[in-house]
Amino acid sequence: MRNPQLNEKGELQHLLAIEGLPREIIVRILDTAASFVGVTEREVKKVPLLRGKSVFNLFFEPSTRTRTTFEIAAKRLSADVINLNIATSSQTKGETLLDTIDNLAAMHADMFVVRHGTSGAAHLIARHVAPHHHVINAGDGRHAHPTQGLLDAYTIRHYKRDFARLAVAVVGDILHSRVARSLIHALTTLGSPDVRVIGPQTLLPTGVESLGVRVFHDMLRGLRDVDVIVMLRLQNERMKGPLLPSAQEFFKCYGLTAEKLAAAKPDAIVMHPGPMNRGVEIDSTVADGRQAVILPQVTFGIAVRMAVMSILGGGAT
Amino acid sequence: MKIQIKNGRLVDPRNHVDRACDLFVADGCIAGAGAAPAGFRADRTIDAAGLVVAPGLVDLAARLREPGLEYKATLDSELYAAVAGGVTSLACPPDTDPPLDEPGLVEMLKRRAASRNLAHVYPLGALTAKLEGARLAELATLRDAGCVAFSQADAPIPDTAVLWRALQYAATLGVSVWLRPQDPYLARDGVAHDGEVATRLGLPAIPPFAETIALGAILALVRATGTRVHLCRLSTAAGVAMVHAAKAEGLPVTCDAGAHHVHLSEMDLAHYDAHCHLVPPLRSLRDRDALQAGLADGTIDALCSDHTPVDEDAKQMPFGESAPGATGLELLLPLTLKWARERGIALADALARVTCTPARILGIEAGHLAPGAPADVCVFDPEAHVTVSAAGLQSQGKNTPFLGYALPGRVRFTLVGGAVTYEARA
Repeated sequence: MRNPQLNEKGELQHLLAIEGLPREIIVRILDTAASFVGVTEREVKKVPLLRGKSVFNLFFEPSTRTRTTFEIAAKRLSADVINLNIATSSQTKGETLLDTIDNLAAMHADMFVVRHGTSGAAHLIARHVAPHHHVINAGDGRHAHPTQGLLDAYTIRHYKRDFARLAVAVVGDILHSRVARSLIHALTTLGSPDVRVIGPQTLLPTGVESLGVRVFHDMLRGLRDVDVIVMLRLQNERMKGPLLPSAQEFFKCYGLTAEKLAAAKPDAIVMHPGPMNRGVEIDSTVADGRQAVILPQVTFGIAVRMAVMSILGGGAT
Repeated sequence: MKIQIKNGRLVDPRNHVDRACDLFVADGCIAGAGAAPAGFRADRTIDAAGLVVAPGLVDLAARLREPGLEYKATLDSELYAAVAGGVTSLACPPDTDPPLDEPGLVEMLKRRAASRNLAHVYPLGALTAKLEGARLAELATLRDAGCVAFSQADAPIPDTAVLWRALQYAATLGVSVWLRPQDPYLARDGVAHDGEVATRLGLPAIPPFAETIALGAILALVRATGTRVHLCRLSTAAGVAMVHAAKAEGLPVTCDAGAHHVHLSEMDLAHYDAHCHLVPPLRSLRDRDALQAGLADGTIDALCSDHTPVDEDAKQMPFGESAPGATGLELLLPLTLKWARERGIALADALARVTCTPARILGIEAGHLAPGAPADVCVFDPEAHVTVSAAGLQSQGKNTPFLGYALPGRVRFTLVGGAVTYEARA
């Protein structure tokens, strides 16, 4: 079966997941993003690559941060951006997902940026739309959040250069995390030899080793000599119940403190996809400390999203 | 009407017949095989040269969607699909809308189905009122209205005490209970097998022990109550092993597997193919192989279609939100033949799993071709391959993971009660 993200020539048609993307395409996105980092620092922060194109932000699940960064990225490429918060609109009136897409396609959308609470939603839309439409998955259920995975990879490359020597630890709720899945695929595709996941069994999916990672339940052992630490957000509703007894106990075992950080390499960087729960998965002294690169992640995220949109829109050089 | 089916290969598993000979039908029944009965003059002769003449298939699970869910399918469409698939008797689960928990509903369904003169319909009654798993349905009344057994379909009985009492009550009446073993808490929100594929696709998962834990509880209750229980839609290797042991112990249990589960696995979900969203979920390759082996060694008594027509809109959804199930009546024979070929099973042994054995489980006089038996007959070409297409399916449900597959076995004629109810275009 053909990879649903690629067209017949093997070019990127949609960005649905990192899994299955050829390494060259990932590298090209990261290289293109590097050229856009300069744009975002200029006085006039716009390039005309997507002039006349319409980007529809379709958010079936609430999000402020991700939607905003996509909006900024599209505007810096001179696209017209339409934001639709569908969680509160047509879906509640009984319209099906694909009806919504058909209606927007009839309004001559060029690109759909889709966030949806159910895994596979972006794949469904990508299968459905005509070939001149492009779909960017901005997060589907627990499955994938490829632009986040790419911006994480960009950040790691920016600070650490060579993936082939890196040890990376991803900590926390892997089970429900699309961010973790996308980053793990990015790292294994880019050649990181040592990717670790750290968390209690209740927050690790069955057979997670099959993704190419090593599993640690003890955080200090898992962090030993790593170059990169990625802390994941723990959703409120999962802090108390059958998965975890309390936020406090989670912090005690898996919260990143200065003491635990000391197990990593002295120049290790600390990342977090945001929004952070200070005192739950990360201590403020670490979040605000010199090793944290959490705000640069956000900045790079705009350049990475510009890169993805420009490549899909056919305007990238 | 007298019909002679000549030149065919007669395969009648229950009576250990597999030979070239003619079959004679008169007055709705089998009149004889081999030489014509004295004075037999055929009104119609069917030339079955190169074809197999077998008992009509008996399907232990086919949803007809009436009453209440006619937008998915109707009796007309599905009973015609049945005979187009060579299925002449079928059991329909009680998960209609409303569920089959009242005698009036059962009588109406039986009457409406009988008026079609297509496949015979055997309703399964609801074991609990409204299938809610809390109060017993009126089993004796439903039995008298025509229910052949009692089932929860896919609805759970979360309270084991209710299940225990339901089995005791069924044992009192001497009726059998059909249960699909699945722990409702472990299965909650799950849409896929808990394994590498669900992990990769980020799908909420159902662990295999959701089946074996429920199976353990059911078997303990069978041991305590002596109730005859038919276990539906086994999906795991561990479940097959438990049933094997239970049978060796002498417990009065039988079991079936769905035809899709014998051929497909979690790997077939690929990029979220909603046609592979089934109940129970498609499991690992190892589980699938165990189902194939269990079917071959008789641990699994019968293969069924678990026919579940779903309208296309309900499948055009993200995987987890899509309606589960697959259309199956017209694929039961091809999938049985495919299994037999892949495992090197003799044709008669394979057909037993979809004819005489399910008939025995249902307790009906069907699934064989001895003189005097009802003339429910399936005449098919075992060598022809048919490519599955939406347009080629008679069922209103076009939802099948096998679209585009070329499957062996083409039904040419179906007889129900001695009348030709389906005839393929030549």
